[in-house]
Order: sequence, then C-alpha cells, then structure tokens
Amino acid sequence: MREFTPDRRVRGGVRIAAHKQTSTRQAIRRGLIPRQLILGLQQHQGSAAIPIVEPGQSVLKGQTIAHSDSLRSADVHASTSGRVRCIEERLIPAAHEVHRSLCIVIDTDGQDQATTTRADWPDDRLERLARIRDAGIVGLGGAVFPTADKLSSHLPCRALIVNAAECEPYISCDDMLMRESAREIVLGAKMLRELLAAEECIIAIEEDKSEAIDAIMQAGRDLEDESIKLAEIPAIYPSGGERQLVELLLGIEVPSTHYPSMHGYICQNVGTVFALQRLVSTGEPLTRRIVTVTGDGIAAPQNVEVLLGTPISELIEFCGGYGNDVSRLVLGGSMMGYALPSDELPITKASNCIIAAASAEVRHDSREWPCIRCGDCGSACPARLLPQELLRAARSRDHPQLSELGLEDCIECGCCDVVCPSHIPLTEEFRRAKYAHARYERQLVFSAESEQRFQRRGQRQQDQARESAEFQDQLKQNLSEDPDARERAIRAAVARARQRREQDEQ
Amino acid sequence: MGIIVLAGLALCLAAILVYAARWLPDGKEDDVAERIERLLPRIQCAQCGFPGCAPYAKAIAEGSAEINRCPPGGEGLIARLAELLGRDTRPLDTSLGAASMHRTARIDEKRCIGCNLCARACPVDAIVGLPQAMHTVLEAHCTGCELCLPPCPVDCITLVPRDA
Repeated sequence: MREFTPDRRVRGGVRIAAHKQTSTRQAIRRGLIPRQLILGLQQHQGSAAIPIVEPGQSVLKGQTIAHSDSLRSADVHASTSGRVRCIEERLIPAAHEVHRSLCIVIDTDGQDQATTTRADWPDDRLERLARIRDAGIVGLGGAVFPTADKLSSHLPCRALIVNAAECEPYISCDDMLMRESAREIVLGAKMLRELLAAEECIIAIEEDKSEAIDAIMQAGRDLEDESIKLAEIPAIYPSGGERQLVELLLGIEVPSTHYPSMHGYICQNVGTVFALQRLVSTGEPLTRRIVTVTGDGIAAPQNVEVLLGTPISELIEFCGGYGNDVSRLVLGGSMMGYALPSDELPITKASNCIIAAASAEVRHDSREWPCIRCGDCGSACPARLLPQELLRAARSRDHPQLSELGLEDCIECGCCDVVCPSHIPLTEEFRRAKYAHARYERQLVFSAESEQRFQRRGQRQQDQARESAEFQDQLKQNLSEDPDARERAIRAAVARARQRREQDEQ
Repeated sequence: MGIIVLAGLALCLAAILVYAARWLPDGKEDDVAERIERLLPRIQCAQCGFPGCAPYAKAIAEGSAEINRCPPGGEGLIARLAELLGRDTRPLDTSLGAASMHRTARIDEKRCIGCNLCARACPVDAIVGLPQAMHTVLEAHCTGCELCLPPCPVDCITLVPRDA
C-alpha cells in the first residue's frame, strides 16, 4: 500500500475543534440487545419497502422483513430474533430530518437466533449486485443512498474512493472501525475495486487519525497489497464531502447538478465497505452499524455496535445514561446534524452519531446582527458560492437571482455559519429557501407546459376551422362550376339507396 | 480643406448611425407586455376576462386593464406587477372567481354523461373522453381554472385540493 498526501487543498472550509478523543478512549462495545426494535421502511429517498411479515409472526436475525420492488430503495431485515408486534406509522430520523414512515416493530426474545445465510459469493457481476441489493446495504456515511444503485453504473469507473475522512466534529465511528477492522476494510476495498473494475482505489483518511492510518497501513502490508493507495488529507471540514474529496484527491471539479458517479468517480463510506465485506465473507445482511454516542451530557462516551432499530433511549442507557447536564440531543455531527425531539426514536441506517450536548456545548446566543459584508462566508464556502448574496436573495424571495447564484449547489455544510461574525443562521435560511425554490421551479415548468398546451390547442382549433372552411368552399365551387352537378348527385344517391334496398330484399 | 474633411467624417458617422439604428436590435424586444407576461402564472385560465395570459399582459401594458384581475396570481402577483409598473397595489378583484393552481378539477365519473362540453372548454386539453363515454381529468395538467364548470349540464365536476 502506498501512502501519499495530496498537494492540493479544498477550497474554503474551516478548521474546527474535533471533540473526538472523548469517544475513542475505549474499544467498540457490542452486545446490546434492546427490548424492542423499530425498523423504518423508508430510511432513504425513493420509495418505501413493502412489509412481507405479519403482526404476531416470529422472525430471526437477518430475515428479510420488508422488500423493495424499485430502484433507489432497500430491503429491511430483522436485526435480531423476536416476534412482530405491529406494523404502524412512526417517526424515524432519516438523513436530513425526522419524518413519518411505516415501521415494523419487533419484540425481541434475547436469543439472537440467526437465519441461515448463504456464505458463497457469486462470480457474476449482476448476481453480486443482486446480492448486495438483497442485503439492504446503503451508504452508511449519512446519505443512505442504496449501494447497489451506486455500483451498478455502466460507466467505466475511473477511481474508487473509500471515504474515511470523517470530517464532522464529534463523530468517530469510522475511525474506531478502521482501528479494529482494518483487514476487512482493505479486503472490502479490493473486492469493490474488482467489482467496479476501477482504474485506481484510494482510501482517504484525515491526517489527525494516526492510529487508523497505521492500522490500515499494517493491514495493507499483511495482505501484501500494492493496488490501493492511502491518502492522508488535511483535517479541514468539510473535506469528506463527495465533491470536495474528488477535487482534493484527483483535482477534478464535478459539475453542478451532477453526481461524482456520473463521471466515473465512485465514493463509498468506509462503514459501507466494511458491511459489504461482511456480506461477502459471511453472507450477513445489513443489520447493525457503529454509532458514536458522545457529548458532555453522556456518562460514558463511546462507540457502540448497535442493532438497527434500537431505540436511542436504550442505547444511551447502555452507555451509562445521561449526565447531570443535558440540554439537547443531536443526531449526526455538530455541523450537519439536527436536534431530535425525543429519545424514543430508533437508530436507522443513517444514524452515525448521537450527541447528548451539555448546555456549554450548545450555542445559546441566537441574537443576529446585521451583515457587515466582511466576505468571510464567501471565502469559507467550499462550494464556491456567495452566501451573503444568497442570503439577501433568499430573504427577499428573489428566485431568479437564487438560481443564478447557485442555491442548488449549497451542500449545507454550515461553514458560513461558523465564520459569520454577525451570527446569521445562513445554512438554516438556505435550507428553507431550497424548499421554496424547488416549488418555484416546478411552478415555472408547469406554467411553460400549460402555455404550450394552450398554444397547441389554439393552433389545432385554427387548423380545424380552416380545413372545414376549405371543404365548404370546395363543395360550393364544384356546384357552381357545373349547374347540373347537384341534380346528378341527387340522382346517384337515390340510385344507390334503391340498389341497397333491393339487395336487402333479396 | 478642413471643412471638407470634417463634413466627410460627419457624413460617414451619420451613415453608420443610421445603419446601426435600422439593423441592430434596439432593446425594445424586451417590451413591457412580455415582462408582465413572464410574471403572470401563464396557466391560461381566462378568469381575468381576456382569452389567455398574453392578451391580459398586453392590456395591462396599454393601461386598459387593472393589475388585480388574476386570481391564480393572487396578492403576490399584484405586488410584483405594481413594482414593475410603478402603479399602486390594490386588493384582488374577488368577483372573478377563485381559480388556484393548488386545486384540480375532478369529474364524478358515475354522473358524467359523456357530452364532451368540458373537454372542449379546457384551455390546456387536460380532459379526455369520447362522446357518450366517461370523461376524466388529467390532474397533472389541470390548472384549476374552473372553465370546465359552467358548460357541464349535470354539474358533475368539482375542484379538489391537489394532494387529496
């Protein structure tokens, strides 16, 4: 394995206190079996999976309990054995918000009995992709994009990037996974590289995770692997964003509105790679993930391997419960995460980190000052936007201007919020403006279509009127040219009628 | 000598200017009626009394129509038009109907007699059906303009919220 440091740096971004040491002091803890599992059927964009079990039915660990019948969706599996209690709508925390989804609720029996899984791994590419799809594997970095969809591109893969940057503060689940399972990750990267026929494969890790880097290098040496490169990237948030990573490692800027995968750059989170390797070696579907439980409001911050569907309250209990001072529960990192309304919500495939923030960790000063046009937000923006101009357009609902300024390219990383000396909640404003802007753009398309349909209808009516007038004119002209024509036409019609009557009588 | 040179120069420049004025675009392409039309919802509902959005925009530009005659555009549109034209805002003329793009027509298919009158009234061809057979609304294309309501002899068309 070859180690290198890219000679470029991401545009913009900020250096922020990482707060990761608190949760990396002890090894990943395993063995939590909650009393109840709440498994959401729509943990991603796209359509929901359809339940194939009934209330009262017994299920085993790893059994498929909901099936997806379309692309951009993923199967759901029971994370442990038990009995289905009910199937009902509940709130689950998805990638960017808490939303309502049909959920399968399972009362666990504590036996953790697994179904038999197929341990063989097919040779055919399509069969492999089908197995990945059936295993319900999605991107575990937070966006929950179904992995099989991402891998089934027909474009030649120029580079496979294993994203282990983990640039968000507080989160350390990928770091801990690499320290403990480096060998599986390197094997998984090799497997993926073969599956994609990728020209090169790069594992990207932020330079401050030296233990993870050492572990991966050691695994590379043990496996005598020369095909994979390891990039030590600067610890600047948000270098772990897909676009930022492609630009940093390869010097290529992915065009606006395109995904990196449309240009042959496939990024996979390191947790996803590990889940894929587990599927290859044991046939186990996606039923668990590593979650960082941290923050000053938690008794014992640590990383835990959690069964999907575990209620957050039970996970926190497993980590020694809350401390004395908890003012907010956040899902995800401190930059892009969001506050949870309750700890009764379950862990989903998207949940990488739970922060029980003490009051000192939360910014209470919400007083906003006027923009002083310092331009710091513009130099911090990794997407090359002008946040202060965007803010003005967003607040005056100037949609044409928002399109021009590239609101859609905002990755909602929050860098502009951090650097703003006036404490303006820019990202919050942009997030809201995006909804309104999407509605505005749909409306524009609808208006243009309606106008076109109206014009075509007008054209058609004109054409019909003209054709009918021409036909009348033709008739009149025929009659006026030959005065006997009218008489002849009538006689011919009478003759035809008589002939038909005679035929009928016969 | 100097006079001749100057006169010749003036003549040449005048010729260039005349040519430019005649053949180069004069900036009037983007005229007021077009800018008004771009602000209108362009769903051709005809609630304003004009047969479509373009004629209404033209009438506003000429000053022969008020800016408060577009129910789907609502108060937001009036504000934008007032800003564009430098006129005063005024409340929406509510006598014109309550057409809204957030609603869609729906035909009670059991009561439809297949007279085809609604399909002929629809400005965006969003109603399909053969004569003497059941008709239905293509909700993705319906603009909620209410123009299909008056011709229906059995009153089987209602407007419903779009998501219902």
